[in-house]
Amino acid sequence: MAETGLTYTVYDADHMTQAEIYGAVLTRLGGERPDIVALTADLAKSTKIGKFGEKYPERFFNVGIAEQNLFGVGAGLALAGFTPFISTFAVFTSLRAAEQVRTDICYQKLNCKIIATHSGVSFGQAGTTHHCTEDISVMRSFAGMTVIVPADGIETAKAVAACCDWEGPVYIRIGRGFEPRCYENDQYDFQIGKSIQMADGSDLTVIACGPSVQHAVEAAKVLKAEAGLSVRVLNMHTIKPIDKDAIISAVHDTRRIITAEDHSTIGGLGTSVAEVIAETGKSCLLRKLGIPDQFAIVGYPDDLYNHYKIDADGIIEAANAIMGTELEADEDWEDEF
Amino acid sequence: MPLSNEDIVKLKEKAWSIRRMIIQTTIWAGGGHVGGALSQTDILAALYFHYMKIDPKNPGLEDRDRLVLSKGHGGIGLAVVLAEAGYYKDELLKDFNHTGSSFGMHLDKLKVPGVDASTGSLGHGLSISVGLALGAKLKKASWRTYCILGDGECGEGSIWEAAMAAKHFNLDNLIGFLDRNMLCIDGETEKVMALEPLTDKWKSFGWNTISIDGHDFAQIGDAIEKAKAFTGGPTMIIARTVKGKGVEYMEGKAAWHYGGLDSGMAEKALASIDRAYGKA
Repeated sequence: MAETGLTYTVYDADHMTQAEIYGAVLTRLGGERPDIVALTADLAKSTKIGKFGEKYPERFFNVGIAEQNLFGVGAGLALAGFTPFISTFAVFTSLRAAEQVRTDICYQKLNCKIIATHSGVSFGQAGTTHHCTEDISVMRSFAGMTVIVPADGIETAKAVAACCDWEGPVYIRIGRGFEPRCYENDQYDFQIGKSIQMADGSDLTVIACGPSVQHAVEAAKVLKAEAGLSVRVLNMHTIKPIDKDAIISAVHDTRRIITAEDHSTIGGLGTSVAEVIAETGKSCLLRKLGIPDQFAIVGYPDDLYNHYKIDADGIIEAANAIMGTELEADEDWEDEF
Repeated sequence: MPLSNEDIVKLKEKAWSIRRMIIQTTIWAGGGHVGGALSQTDILAALYFHYMKIDPKNPGLEDRDRLVLSKGHGGIGLAVVLAEAGYYKDELLKDFNHTGSSFGMHLDKLKVPGVDASTGSLGHGLSISVGLALGAKLKKASWRTYCILGDGECGEGSIWEAAMAAKHFNLDNLIGFLDRNMLCIDGETEKVMALEPLTDKWKSFGWNTISIDGHDFAQIGDAIEKAKAFTGGPTMIIARTVKGKGVEYMEGKAAWHYGGLDSGMAEKALASIDRAYGKA
């Protein structure tokens, strides 16, 4: 059983949710870093930040059901010199308390680390009040905010550890339940702002984040086996600052890009990728997979990922469609990069 | 120890000078939140020139007392107080509100030395103050956090979230001042959205409350002494004030929440302040 260097093993990654791994890693970090404090708003158990509280009760603050106060108090603790980790559901973070996150934390460049759980439609059965398909869009628009979407439990552990030493506010978005493991082990280099190539390919590139990464990896295997397609898969775990070089290389090498995310197609990963593509001035086919401009239906997350075509089936369908679309010839393609 | 007569004379001189400079800065700025800046002046004067532990030469002093101006639109007044205290020169205020200036209506902590928190959006400052006070407790530090609230601001639900938390965590190192000038932008607070019985509200949230005349230094001093001595919870000093205090034609007028001054109005305002302090 491989040790990850943190508090859990690969075995745990298969048996713990992203949130449980977060709770375990934060507790471990708390032992090394006396400046870490943890805050929640009556979601100690759901977000697993309560694990830290069990070990370090004096550094743990539950403010009750009051998210505006939660982020304001976090800002005050950061002003007093602490490194606050603040956790509640994504929807309450990015919408209910958006102004406190923007004005109290980002505007003052405070060292607050926000780990938001139950993002996207990962709490599918709860309905729109508890879904959050807008948070990437909201959070990446706040000046100075770093936005990370780990692909699985191993990456959650790495992201939580990495954000400790990253100056300024960080928003890490995780789901609710068990996400399939993307990585065989933790022996890979995780750097904020640097995407990870999960598979190389020359026909098209799938750029994904969160649970969509594993779906993209599966889709690439099927597309290879069934259609002989060579599909590059990029795990764009950091939405901001985004890895422009990797996107520009994908434009150059494949000219066909699909993005996949458990988020609205407005303002999230797909939009971030589109912005980079547009700046290259190159013609490139792009399909954005995600939740369309509507509130999602109720259902189990896997069913919803299938319904909104952000699972392997959906990515395969989009890949076949995009491969059937002609691109204009561009004789100067090589010269312009 | 109550303020001595000598202390009060000194603080009155400061308040006179601050009020004049608020008018001067309002002219430079082309307009300002002059009404609320004048209503909070005596509270800030007592804190910065007598009670708070600060070092204007070292604004980041670890064990300084902190002040969060939750009614952030009073920024023009706080900017003047900080200049008067020596954090920077008065002349910097000539650029107030100008394009590219470090000084906007709502002060930016990262740009103005001595500002402990960037505020302006109402209902945020008390939560930040709760965090600061928790931080001080955690560090076993003796510094205190002062939070200046507007009365209209108490309409924000987040104030009451923070009020609950301050008592829940028994933050006796947190002292609030409520600048109760009875006015918000659209008129009298009681007509726009009634706040009374406001002292009872704070009491019912578990706060130690003290009601005073917010322009009487002896009462301000007594209240701070009592708040500092109080243990087991936070104190809110409800300071009855007059919006525009010191400038007769502005006093008690909601219209002076924000305004500009031409040279005639400015002259009249300065003369009025001088008269109020027996300087005319």
